[in-house]
Amino acid sequence: MSSLIEIKQLSKSYVRGKQSIEVLHQLSLSIPKGDFVALMGPSGSGKTTLLNLIGGLDQPSAGEVSIDGKRIDQLSGNALAAWRARNVGFVFQFYNLMPELTAERNVELPLLLTGLSAANRGKRARIALEIVGLGDRGRHKPKELSGGQEQRVAIARALVADPTLLVCDEPTGDLDRKTADEILTLLQTLNREQGKTIVMVTHDPKAAEYAKRTLHLDKGQLVDEVMNAPIGR
Amino acid sequence: MLNQIVSITAMNLRSLGSRLGLSLVIIIGIAGVVGVFTALLAMSKGFEATLKATGREDRALVLRDGSSAELNSGLDAASVQAIKDTPGARPGKNGAALASAELIVITEFASIARGGSFNVTLRGVEPAGLELRPELKIVDGRLFKSGLQEVIVGKSALTSFEGVSMGSKLRFRGADWAVVGVFESGDVHESELITDYATAQTAFGRLGASSVLVQLNAAKDLEIFKATLKADPRLNVDVQAEKAYFSGQTEQFSRIISGLAVVVSIIMGLGALFAALNTMFAAVAARTRQIATLRAIGFGGIPVAASVLIEAMALALLGGILGATIAYVLFNNFSVSTLGQGFTQVVFNFRVTPDLVILGLVISLMIGFLGGLLPAIRAARLPVTTALRAG
Amino acid sequence: MKYFRLVLAALFAKKTRTILTLLSLVMAYLLFGLLQAVNVLFNTAGDGFTGATRIVTQSRVSFTQALPLRMLPQIESIPGVQRVMQQQWFGAYYQKPSNQLVAFAVDPLRLKDVYPEWKMPDAQWQDFANKRTGVILGRQLADRFNFKIGQQLPMNSNIFPQNDGSKLWTFEVAGIYDGKDADTQRQTGVMYINFAYFDEARQFGKGGAGIFISKLAKADDAEKVAQLIDAKYVNSPEETKSQSEKEFNLNFVRQIGDINLIVNAILGAVFFTILLLTGNTMAQAVRDRIPQLAVLKTLGFTDSTVLWLVLGETFLLIAAGAILGMALATVVGFGLAGFFQASGSIVDQRVWLYALGSVFVLALLVGLPPAWRARNLKIVDALAGR
Repeated sequence: MSSLIEIKQLSKSYVRGKQSIEVLHQLSLSIPKGDFVALMGPSGSGKTTLLNLIGGLDQPSAGEVSIDGKRIDQLSGNALAAWRARNVGFVFQFYNLMPELTAERNVELPLLLTGLSAANRGKRARIALEIVGLGDRGRHKPKELSGGQEQRVAIARALVADPTLLVCDEPTGDLDRKTADEILTLLQTLNREQGKTIVMVTHDPKAAEYAKRTLHLDKGQLVDEVMNAPIGR
Repeated sequence: MLNQIVSITAMNLRSLGSRLGLSLVIIIGIAGVVGVFTALLAMSKGFEATLKATGREDRALVLRDGSSAELNSGLDAASVQAIKDTPGARPGKNGAALASAELIVITEFASIARGGSFNVTLRGVEPAGLELRPELKIVDGRLFKSGLQEVIVGKSALTSFEGVSMGSKLRFRGADWAVVGVFESGDVHESELITDYATAQTAFGRLGASSVLVQLNAAKDLEIFKATLKADPRLNVDVQAEKAYFSGQTEQFSRIISGLAVVVSIIMGLGALFAALNTMFAAVAARTRQIATLRAIGFGGIPVAASVLIEAMALALLGGILGATIAYVLFNNFSVSTLGQGFTQVVFNFRVTPDLVILGLVISLMIGFLGGLLPAIRAARLPVTTALRAG
Repeated sequence: MKYFRLVLAALFAKKTRTILTLLSLVMAYLLFGLLQAVNVLFNTAGDGFTGATRIVTQSRVSFTQALPLRMLPQIESIPGVQRVMQQQWFGAYYQKPSNQLVAFAVDPLRLKDVYPEWKMPDAQWQDFANKRTGVILGRQLADRFNFKIGQQLPMNSNIFPQNDGSKLWTFEVAGIYDGKDADTQRQTGVMYINFAYFDEARQFGKGGAGIFISKLAKADDAEKVAQLIDAKYVNSPEETKSQSEKEFNLNFVRQIGDINLIVNAILGAVFFTILLLTGNTMAQAVRDRIPQLAVLKTLGFTDSTVLWLVLGETFLLIAAGAILGMALATVVGFGLAGFFQASGSIVDQRVWLYALGSVFVLALLVGLPPAWRARNLKIVDALAGR
């Protein structure tokens, strides 16, 4: 499997007032295409920061981040935005859907950045909703959906532009056990059947078990790597 | 219940500082409404007051029949004499009837400030005219001498019209006229220049008068005097109480300004009301968690609602006070001159009276009440459990 | 316009807030429409007579002082003057003293020469000249009262009685004139009376007229020729004051000047308040939507796209308020038309143009700060709730 994500000597510091806090310290790792990685670690370990850097939401202080051969640490501003639109799908803990748009329109959002016609955008959105099992809910607004359904819509939105990489930040943090399992199963299916590479931050060990391997971070450094036994649930 | 209201309100008011931005919106919005409203009505009242102060009920103004204003009226010398000969006038110091033939001419002065020129009334009066106007007092300089081209100017004319000052020379009708005195009368005549009747006639080539002002023995004598004049076949005149004449002159302008004030204030008031509603709704929304907590602890819905209402009204009242104060400071006794009925400038002062201020405050309280009512009800009906979980 | 739905969704996120702000804007523009209409009327009184082609000569002391008619051929002989007409204010009102009209006594054929802006069929000009009691009306005036050609017109004068003492004059409508273009059409509110008949039939003041209006041989010579005219009569009993017609008209308007100032002050106060209010609302709205805006950026929306989204929201809200408010103002403007002697609403396209301009200015002033903040939003900070 070729490497999708190559990270070399990655460091990130934040300036808070007069102090400079180093969150990531010369981290190096590589994630092959088609992998499903869980990032775990205590609070302040830098796992969310690492996720943000992989997803192109932020710039490193030092080091390299290459995604599919492209040095995204060298992109900035509009170029990075354009790259994100085509290559990454995001799933957040609190779904972050637009409350005044229907599910279908929410899913369609990333496609507004392409040149697709309205008809094509609608078609793609509906397909994405089908994939996550919400084909019949396109017309509903987020407040008419359950937590689990909202997260599915968010996943559909993350998929609609057909990115190679899915980045998830505590995707099941706000869901009950049963719903969480459903969502994680969905992610697993996307990984196995569609070949999506998934990087997921979680503090829930049970959620991490759905991934292929778990990387443990502490104080900004990689401290452990665990291969998971494949779960067939 | 009262205890609850007081304690919640106190809590809210103490935390007002953190919501300064929101609160300022209400205060400034209502200050604007009250300020504008007060200023406009002060203007109207000032104008009305100046004209209403003019004239007395026991003085009769005689004009040519059908004239709507002194300017449009013209009485020939024979008519003037006939009017003066008519019984009913109180005798003056020298025994003759206290009746003054008066000539009104409009003169133009250049205005450097505004560009162009403006029109001022020049009034030629007989000695009787000064005697029967006890309200007219010379406060500077002296009276004009008859036969000489001299004028006295009203105090308002002095301050508002360029080029008019004690001792200055005014040029019209091919000659220089000297300003020899300043008078005070507390009415519309203060916007005029006054000179000798005969001098004015000669200077403007006129043989008659614009009007005749007659001092009667009592106000009730007016009707008889009028009937006598109307019955005279030589005369074609209109007679009214001097006070009534000047009150009538102000009608159109007052109506316009009052109308303007009311319309503008209603529209601005509605705008401020919507602003107040908006702000109070936002305030309630921002404090959802706190309100719900209070309710969970055991404070009743009504005290919570009341506190919101009180806050809205307090802010509105502050705005009203601010607006009235600004209007007072900026505009009270502000001198303005504008075109009067006779195409001449009338000078008047804005009058910010106590009843105007009170009206403004009442309006702000009303807006505060209406603006706080719906949000207050919403605060009272908040479903506690969902509100506790809200951000 | 694929982003339109996003903008709309953003506005309706908090329906109550948006509607209340919209209503405030409607009120503001209702006021703006009416006050600005009055403003425009004041500032364009006398417009349409572009270029200084005519001079108004009055008595230096006062325009209420009549000048003798023998001055007319004298003025006409002054170099630079092409044609002169006399004009006397009639003091007209129709039926009630409150129905005041603008009416002048003039020489019909001289009027035709001095005011080529008035367009009327030749036959009507002839009628006006030949019929002693003939009068012509401007189209606006005729429409306002529904006067028709051939109609007998009883008109009152509050200055001039006839020889028999009656102040009720009877005229016959000989013609209705129009302006040569849209601007002059707005000035067609004047009635012209036959001077010869008027002078003969009036009880006093015979042989004199309030002002003389001279048409210049060369336009823009006004200042020079005015000085020539005044120089001729200086130190005489008929000292004159001559100025371009535009200046003469502006003088009246300027004297109401203070009121105009007040109207503008109110306009300013209203706009400042609205600025404050809408600005506060938009700032709050953006603050509330920071997480959403961050999400849009994660999806790949660029910083400038987000800026334009917020600006678009502001613009849409203000434009909607403006259109509704101005529409209301236009309706009210119809009601005020009679008072201002206008035909049609006083809130006309000139006022709408001002409103349009103000929408852009307001949208920029109000929308730019929060839009800028949205543009500079750092994704990670916003998502983390900082």
